[in-house]
Amino acid sequence: MNMIKALFRRELQSYFATPVAYVFIVIFLMLMGTFTFYLGGFYERGQADLRAFFNYHPWLYLFLVPAIAMRLWAEERKSGTVELLMTLPVTPLQAVLGKFLAAWAFAGIALLLTFPIWITVNYLGDPDNGAILAAYVGSFLMAGGFLAIGSCISAFTRNQVIAFVITVVVCFGFLLAGFPLVLDAFSGWAPQIIVDGIASLSFLTHFSDISRGVIDVRDLIYFALVIGTFLYANTIVLRWKQADL
Amino acid sequence: MIEIDSLTKRYGRHTVVDNLSFRCAPGEVLGFLGPNGAGKSTTMKMVTGFVAPSAGSVRVCGHDVQTDTLIAQRHIGYLPEGAPLYAEMTPRQFLEFIADVRELSGGRRQERLDEVIRQLHLGPVLNQSIDTLSKGFKRRVGLAQAILHDPDVLILDEPTDGLDPNQKHEVRELIRSMSKEKLIVISTHILEEVEAVCTRAIIIADGRLLVDDTPEALAAQGDGDLDEVFRRITQGDAPAPDQEDAA
Repeated sequence: MNMIKALFRRELQSYFATPVAYVFIVIFLMLMGTFTFYLGGFYERGQADLRAFFNYHPWLYLFLVPAIAMRLWAEERKSGTVELLMTLPVTPLQAVLGKFLAAWAFAGIALLLTFPIWITVNYLGDPDNGAILAAYVGSFLMAGGFLAIGSCISAFTRNQVIAFVITVVVCFGFLLAGFPLVLDAFSGWAPQIIVDGIASLSFLTHFSDISRGVIDVRDLIYFALVIGTFLYANTIVLRWKQADL
Repeated sequence: MIEIDSLTKRYGRHTVVDNLSFRCAPGEVLGFLGPNGAGKSTTMKMVTGFVAPSAGSVRVCGHDVQTDTLIAQRHIGYLPEGAPLYAEMTPRQFLEFIADVRELSGGRRQERLDEVIRQLHLGPVLNQSIDTLSKGFKRRVGLAQAILHDPDVLILDEPTDGLDPNQKHEVRELIRSMSKEKLIVISTHILEEVEAVCTRAIIIADGRLLVDDTPEALAAQGDGDLDEVFRRITQGDAPAPDQEDAA
């Protein structure tokens, strides 16, 4: 646990040691505002809730979260520090968790900084704050899912651009897994059970309930499983790439 | 104590380290020599548990690096090739991170931090980001990281690469001063370094062990000229001045 804490601290520190963190947070907040007030029609809807805000989270995360995740392992590999890290008495799982949790905490900080929107809606009306809290939790979990995918993919390459692009594509697949764009590719030949299975993997389906304020245990388990699976895969990729270096 | 038995590493059909066996004991400073691409770094990566061998085994202080990786790694201080560091950190942050991971705490932690900062003269640059440091300072931060937990076994891959003659001298003095109670392995292709600090020299080429002797005995073979001996051994014949040698 102490080991994960040390790795976590170092990683989080490194986000803020460079302009990356500040640029990211500013862009994130600006886009969130733009989407909510212009595209989402926050005022026009005339309702005291944050649907206009949360509806756009999956799409913003699609591009912004891979940008946080891409450096996690690709940068270590490129600069050679992965050799330093993995010859310290640290297990691959500790290393993966420490880094992932730091990236997730960073995403959480950016998400928390959207609080003025929450203040605005409370100033203008009388929203269901329980539902808003639930949606924040759901959004944070979804960010974790994207990050776990990105962290795993980042371990494959020493090139951050490649890590970014591939992560966006894979996350896009996960977002739309319940929609014809993805399902049509399978429905022609795969048995129905597989098509249904793929459809149930959709981030959007699982997020849409939470974003309305309905926390279903199945949705929580779903995101926990996505995170767990990809982080486990991450440790395997790490070992495999290491033996191969 | 390092025990290496029939250590082999293959990448596809290419054998980088070929059935290497030797052991060394505390008090020894082993110079690990060979032309570039001879398999020195790969061997060191296997000893430190970074790369898994294709065959054979490595034991460090009695612990198999493959099965008891973490225990073996606690006994080792390692400076990887090129001294990779987290560039955005300052030496102070970096060394404190290493101290955390090495589980140093309380008075001993502060004592060791002060000691390595003093030994490697890092005082003036402690709060400057590693990115902005000169090559010599970066190398010294890498060395400080390796010796911070006062390990039994020190593995240094080209520790003096990129240092000026004064800094080289200091690093050699440091290695000598630590050599009594530790086992130190340094890889290098600077032959004067072997004569200056090593008690034993191993020459490998194409992953195979060619020579295992004291530097003095080696030099005697070439009438006191180690370069000459090195060329003869690693090229398998008389020196050919037009060929690129490893130095």
